[in-house]
Formats: sequence, C-alpha cells, structure tokens
Amino acid sequence: MTFNALPGVLGIPAFAAALLAALPNYRVTARLNVAATTLTLICALSLFFTKPQPGAYLLVDDLNGTFIVLTTFVGFTTSIFSASYIGRELEIGRLTPPFVRFYHAMYQVLMFAMNLALVANNIGLMWVAIELATLTTVMMVGIYHTHEALEAAWKYFILGSVGIALALFGTILVYMAARPVVGEGLDAMVWSILVARGSAFDPALLDLAFVFLLLGYGTKIGLAPLHAWLPDAHAEGPTPISAVLSGLLLNVALYALLRFKMILAVNPAAIAPGPLMVTLGLISLVFAAFMLYRRRDIKRIFAYSSIEHMGIITFAFGMGGPLANFAGLLHMTMHSLTKSAIFFAVGHVAQVKGTQRIADMGGLTETNPVLGWTLILGVVAIAGLPPLGIFMSEFLVVTSTFARTPVLALVLVFGILVGLAALFLRLNTIAFGEPRGPTAEAKASYMPMFAHLTLVLIGGVYLPPVLVGWFEGVAKLLG
Amino acid sequence: MHGITFDVAHLLAGSLVLVSFLELYQDRLYALLNVYAAHALVLAASVAWQALVQDAPHLYVTAAIALVFKAVVIPIALHRIIVRLGIHREIEKVVGVGFAMLAGIGLVALAMVVMLRVTQEADPLAREDLAFALSVVLLGLLMMVTRRNAVSQVVGFMSLENGLVLAATGAKGMPLVVEISVAFSILVAFIVIGIFLFRIRERFDSVDVQIVSTFRGEAQ
Repeated sequence: MTFNALPGVLGIPAFAAALLAALPNYRVTARLNVAATTLTLICALSLFFTKPQPGAYLLVDDLNGTFIVLTTFVGFTTSIFSASYIGRELEIGRLTPPFVRFYHAMYQVLMFAMNLALVANNIGLMWVAIELATLTTVMMVGIYHTHEALEAAWKYFILGSVGIALALFGTILVYMAARPVVGEGLDAMVWSILVARGSAFDPALLDLAFVFLLLGYGTKIGLAPLHAWLPDAHAEGPTPISAVLSGLLLNVALYALLRFKMILAVNPAAIAPGPLMVTLGLISLVFAAFMLYRRRDIKRIFAYSSIEHMGIITFAFGMGGPLANFAGLLHMTMHSLTKSAIFFAVGHVAQVKGTQRIADMGGLTETNPVLGWTLILGVVAIAGLPPLGIFMSEFLVVTSTFARTPVLALVLVFGILVGLAALFLRLNTIAFGEPRGPTAEAKASYMPMFAHLTLVLIGGVYLPPVLVGWFEGVAKLLG
Repeated sequence: MHGITFDVAHLLAGSLVLVSFLELYQDRLYALLNVYAAHALVLAASVAWQALVQDAPHLYVTAAIALVFKAVVIPIALHRIIVRLGIHREIEKVVGVGFAMLAGIGLVALAMVVMLRVTQEADPLAREDLAFALSVVLLGLLMMVTRRNAVSQVVGFMSLENGLVLAATGAKGMPLVVEISVAFSILVAFIVIGIFLFRIRERFDSVDVQIVSTFRGEAQ
C-alpha cells in the first residue's frame, strides 16, 4: 500500500474550515463539521498501517501516532456533542447564527493546528502550529462576549502569548546549539536530525533552552504556577471547547515538551529534564487538589482537575523509564477520554439548569437520571476509583514511583486523595439531595459520553495486548 | 570577526536594550507609544544590518515588517484607540521608577551572566546578540507585570517580541525567521484588534473583593 494519509489529516480540517466559514445554515454546518472530523479520524487511523516517509517538515512515528489518533477521536466525538450543544445555545439565544458559523470554522482550524503541531518534524513549524491553536482557542473562549468571557479570553491571550514567546526563545536556543554540529539552515531545525545528532550539541545551551521550553510550553500545559489562564478559559468558553482544551490541547503542548526532552536525553552532558518535570508536576497536582475545595462553578472544578491530572502525567513522563512512561501515556489517554466525557455531561447539565453555579443545581439523579448517573460515573472515573481506567493508570504511576523514590510516591498519593475527597464533596451536592433549579428534560446526545466512558471502563478492566505492545513501544521511544 | 561589522551590530542591539529601559519609566501613554516606535525602528535597523552582513536577503522582509508594521501602523492604531477609549490623559504608576529601573538592571545583569556563560563556544556576534535579546525579552516581561493598563501591557508584549526577533535574526542562517515574524505580527494585530473591539481599558483587577471572587467562581 502506498496510500499516504498525511495530507488528509491536515488537508481535511483546513478545507472544512474554509467551507464552514462560507456556509450559513447551522444544521448543515454542524453535520459537515461531524463529517469532516469523521474523515480526519479515518485518515488518522490509516496512519497505523502505512507510515509516510519522514520529511524535513512532517514526521509520523509511533509517538505522535498515539497523539494523532487520540486527538482526532476526541475531536470526532466532541463534534457530535457540539452539534446538539450548539443547537441548544441557538434556541435559547446565547449564540447567533453568524457566531455559530465562525465557531464551526474555528473548530476545524483548531483541529488543523493541533494535527499540524503533532506531525511537525520541524521545531519552528511546531511552534507556529501551537501559536495558531492558541489564537483559535482564544477567539472561541471569548465567543459569548460577556464580561467574564472577555476577561478569560484576554487573560488566556496574554499569558498564552508570553508562554509561546518563551517557547520560541527556547526553540532559537536549540537551533543555536545545533548549528555548529548540523550546519546552517533548515536541517538544524529538523527534529529527527536533532535527535540523531544531539549528543554532540553544546550541553549548556541545551540546558538553557529546555528551561525556556519548559516554562513556555508548561504555560500551555497548565502547570502550576503558570496555570492562571486555564480555569477561566475553561469556565467561560463554550463547553465543547472546554472538552477539547482539556482533552487535547494540553496534551499537544505536553507532546512538544516531550519531543525536546528526547533531544536532551541523547546528550549525556545536558541536565536531566526529568527532575524539573517531576517538580512542576507534583506542585501542580498538590496545588490543584487543594484548589478544588473552594470552587463554586461546575466547569471550574473540572478545569482544576485537569491541572491536577496534567501534573500527574508530567510527573510520570518526568520520572521516565519504560514503566513510568507507559503509565504516563495510559493516564494521558484515559484522562482525555474521561475529562471530555465529563465536560459533555457538564455542558448538558449547565444547559438544563441554566447556570454553572453548583449551589443552584442539585438532585440531578432524580430530575435527569441518565445525565446524573453519567456524570457520577465520569467523576468516579476521574477521581481514580477502580475498576475504571484512571485507577489503573494512577496505580501504575504510583507503584512505579514507589519502586524508585518512595517519598515522591507519598506526595503523589496525598495529592490524589485530597483531590478525590474534594470531587466527591461537590458531586454530592450536584447529584443527590433536594432537586434544585429547573428540571427540564435534557435534549442531550449521550452517544459521545457513553462511548468515552465505555472505553475508560474497558481500559480499566482489560487492556488489549495490541494496545499494551503499542504503548510499550512508545514508552521505550521516550526513554 | 571583522571590527566594523561586529561593532555596528553591537551598537544596534545595545540601543535596543537602552530603548527598552526608556519604555520602562514612561508614565504617559502617548510618550510610551513614541518610545515603542523608536524601539521598532532600532529593531528594523538591526535586522537590516544582520541581513547585510549575513548576506541573507530574506531578512530584509523581516526588517520591512518591523519598519512598516511595528514602527508605523501599530503605534498609529494604538494612538487612535487610546483617544477613542478616552484614556489619553491617564498617568499610570504601579511601581516606582526607581524600583523598575533597578529591577531592569538586575534582569539585564542576569541575562548577561546566563547567556555569556553558556555560549562560550558560539561566535561572538551571535553570542552578544543573544545576550542582548534575552535582556530585551526580560525587560518586556517586567513591563508587562508592572503595568495595569491593557495598552501598555501590549506594548510590553510587543517589545518582548522585538527581543525574540533580534534573537532569531542573530542566530545565523536560522530558517523560518520570516514566517515566524509574520506569525507574530498576526498575533499582535489580533491583540490590538482585541483591545479595540472589547474596549479593554484596564487589566481586569479590582480591589472589590466581591467582584474578584465572582470572577473566580468562588462566590457563594
């Protein structure tokens, strides 16, 4: 087979964005949006079977294959959820048709930008793609034009811009380190060449570059103390965007960081990037776990929970080694699936109740049993209870840490338990007790939630050997 | 390294740091915009000089962007926005001039120590350029945290970005510099349009605790 799916993964979203910007009817555009994400997913899946040759700009290997499939899959399910969510927003007049048109076009631009960042073999191109993704999400966060939404968008804009500016400085430093070895020009920015010849780079420059990259892309990952934009952006934007931000965009930024970590790993004289990532990861985990307690807004709770989990994932990759990397990959996958499912449920809950304030919603299991129990299942999963997937991956992270540095594992377990208690405290108010607020029937699309949670359940009970083998390969690649 | 090439590049990059310091203590918005225009002008000259000595004609594009877009279009646009928003008479002071200057000097010293130490192998031109560029980036960050007004925060961000362009052009033969400077210009244009459309007068901080806690979703 010589079929090359790479142009499809990039071209379909780009083409769809242009098309969706031109079409006025929202029913048609919502369907087209789903169709485009379906096609992109199919193209992405075909990358499993035939990998195109790496070029100076694009590259597909096992590592980004995992990310691409996850991104396009969640992009696909979110587009289904988005169709029903946006329909409802139009009904109640929170959005007008021109904005919906803009929204759909932006959704595809975001998909394009994330896929481009993932397949880029050139560290400059990767940076440009992440900048594009940032810009797109900023505009989507501000789409409601309320005071809070604009504040959130502005904050995200300024902090995100500073983050990517620092990342660019780091990228320039990597080029400076590579230039004496690889030579001037394009080759010194091609990742596969950098990683092949990284052992001869100037270690001092690489060290400095990694600090900038960690701060820069770390802002986009949402690591504390650089996370300030994240809860606002999640809470004030449309819920499908919260799902995509948490489930995908944070991963993409983490992916960029991992690529640079791999360059440092081949240079024996450079600092080990692991301890830096472990530290930031643990700070994020513990900080976010405590911050969960004082949240009164349902979307903000889960935004902080995303910081917590990105902390765990960064921690796992920072520990390194086959087992911790495996756990990190599994946790990332499970977190993306669970968190986006939760946001799907939360989006419908907020629409039914007409508010995001937890105090104004209650007794969800009585008024909207399906929605209520789905949300409970999602929260049980994200809190890390067995038999769901996140329990499995957290268990792996903890045990692999215990084997090496027990002290860190204690901090990890402490953070996870604090977070778990906070989540159940809030869940109790939302799901049980006296019904509060409007009790209308939800016109929800349950398919995406069920699909995600089923996968998470399967992941917790039985991991197919194919997947295990695949992840083990990627974990080895990550070193 | 032949003398004059190095000296001119050194002079221009050094001037950029100097103009960054000038920005730091401007308390009137008009004056700040004028200084920023000078900042962009120095950057354009510096990039053009790099294009000449590196024999890299594509860098002239970056220089032209700096000259036309950053030194002329953006300051004029911001000027008009300031008038429209009615904040042209405002004087802002968050931290004292003395403190800001001292912090700035500290940051420049930090940049020099860090960069000159780690780049001992690199060629002197790129090395000094990078040290100056990091100083400009840090001074831009300092400006963003010491200002309250959205317009002056944006000016801080733009001078930070000028530092990055200086670094990118100083890294000899770096590909995608033009593309990156275009991408940044788009980013800046969006920010400026954002201020205008959303009428953002101030950074959204308020001393009213009640309002702040509603924003954070902490209100009961």
